[in-house]
Amino acid sequence: MNAPPRAAVVHAVLDTEPTGSVCCSLVSKTMSILLDQKGVAATLERLSGEVRAALPPDAPAAIVGIRSRGEVLAQRMQAALQRRGCKNLAHGSLDITLYRDDLAEIGPAAQVRRTEIEFDVQDCFIVLVDDVLFTGRSARAAIDALVDLGRPRAIRLAVMVDRGGRELPIQADFVGVRTPDPKRHVTVKLVETDGEDCVEVV
Amino acid sequence: MAAPAAETTWTRKHLLDLESLSADEIGVILDTAEAFKDVSTRSVKKVPALRGRVVVNLFFEESTRTRTSFTLAAQRLSADVIDFSAKGSSVAKGETLGDTARNIEAMGVDLIVCRHPASGAPHLLSRCVNCCVINAGDGRHEHPTQALLDLFTIRQHKGRIEGLKVAIVGDVANSRVARSNLWGLTKLGAEVTFVGPTTLVPRTFEQFGARVCHDIDAVIGEFDVINMLRIQMERVTSNVFPSVQEYTRLFGLNGQRMRRAKPDVLVMHPGPMNRGIEITTEVADGARSAILQQVTNGLAVRMAVLFLCNQAAGG
Repeated sequence: MNAPPRAAVVHAVLDTEPTGSVCCSLVSKTMSILLDQKGVAATLERLSGEVRAALPPDAPAAIVGIRSRGEVLAQRMQAALQRRGCKNLAHGSLDITLYRDDLAEIGPAAQVRRTEIEFDVQDCFIVLVDDVLFTGRSARAAIDALVDLGRPRAIRLAVMVDRGGRELPIQADFVGVRTPDPKRHVTVKLVETDGEDCVEVV
Repeated sequence: MAAPAAETTWTRKHLLDLESLSADEIGVILDTAEAFKDVSTRSVKKVPALRGRVVVNLFFEESTRTRTSFTLAAQRLSADVIDFSAKGSSVAKGETLGDTARNIEAMGVDLIVCRHPASGAPHLLSRCVNCCVINAGDGRHEHPTQALLDLFTIRQHKGRIEGLKVAIVGDVANSRVARSNLWGLTKLGAEVTFVGPTTLVPRTFEQFGARVCHDIDAVIGEFDVINMLRIQMERVTSNVFPSVQEYTRLFGLNGQRMRRAKPDVLVMHPGPMNRGIEITTEVADGARSAILQQVTNGLAVRMAVLFLCNQAAGG
């Protein structure tokens, strides 16, 4: 028997009815794979090309990933840019936990990790990298975290997926793919953090 | 990439002692402090994590460095800080600790940092108020943030705590720093030896898991870390204390003793130092001294503690 196509996986969902009685029903929910492994690689390659073209020829530049998946994407983009001949490109990782506007809601689950920016942010052209752009609140936090380190020459934003649903006036400069319905959840999976490369829409 | 964050989450809104913490919980504080270490070296030495929160330093005992360190830590988290000292306050007029705390809390305080000459005062406080209580030293009981910054400094230098041999030398009987260090170090797998005269290092401490030794020269070669406690001059006049000269001769850390210590031994002191009494200038300012790093690390550790307790209280 062939394995079912991955685009139509059937999930068992535990449904709670308003009366309080619990019934178990099989609800067919479509989870589509937006990008498979090859798609992720091709998209990242294209994004890297666009970023490459935008880098200033005469100023220090850096790729900065937002922890945790943006950090992995930034590392891959860094490697791709080096293959394209970008020398002296700095690299960093940003933890935005302390800058989030929903710290009170997260409570004890907030985990602060290290921000690792070893280069001088002052006058640097910085490309921020994240996996999904949704409300724009993470990007806002990341911009605030960066400018507390110095005054960059410019900050650009590169994302794998733009999900729509913005709550702040923030847009990405480099977008891998766009999804049409902000209500549908997007998950970017990467080998380094999740064991495989793909983008899922639920 | 940074070390993977610990699985444990911090759920306590008070930090009262290290005795009741698990090794994992201590690990969460140390890992979080790691992330706060860099804030002091950046362009803007502040993060907005405690913006709009109010921290009060409620100090019933003299302190300069601990209070300053807590103040700076709170300010670097963007909190507002108020200093309250017992002198000239309503405490002098006979108000109880609980009433003082409830009055301060009624002004909208989120975190109370408390130092008190009575052991257990912060614990009592934590039962009187709804806000977070951080123990900044209570009597002879505990000084948890001092021990945490000591652990942080040891880990920074040695890469680990487990398996290390640590000597704590001095007036152990009266020291809250010694007690907090004992709990923290043993929970993380280090072996603690208390060293000092019999009157200041009673054998009772053996039942808490420490080794007790009255002759520093017999054991000095064993240790990875030597933590010299401050000789509290106010106790020198009491009959438990030998003469200062005798103490310096028998237990003071000097260049001669250091030559018999491990070449990579780490020397620590919680401050303020009595130069020439428990430690010589040569050793205090020497290559193996981490005394000023302890002060620097204290800031990161206290930021982590304020942040974690505030998060556990609901942000």
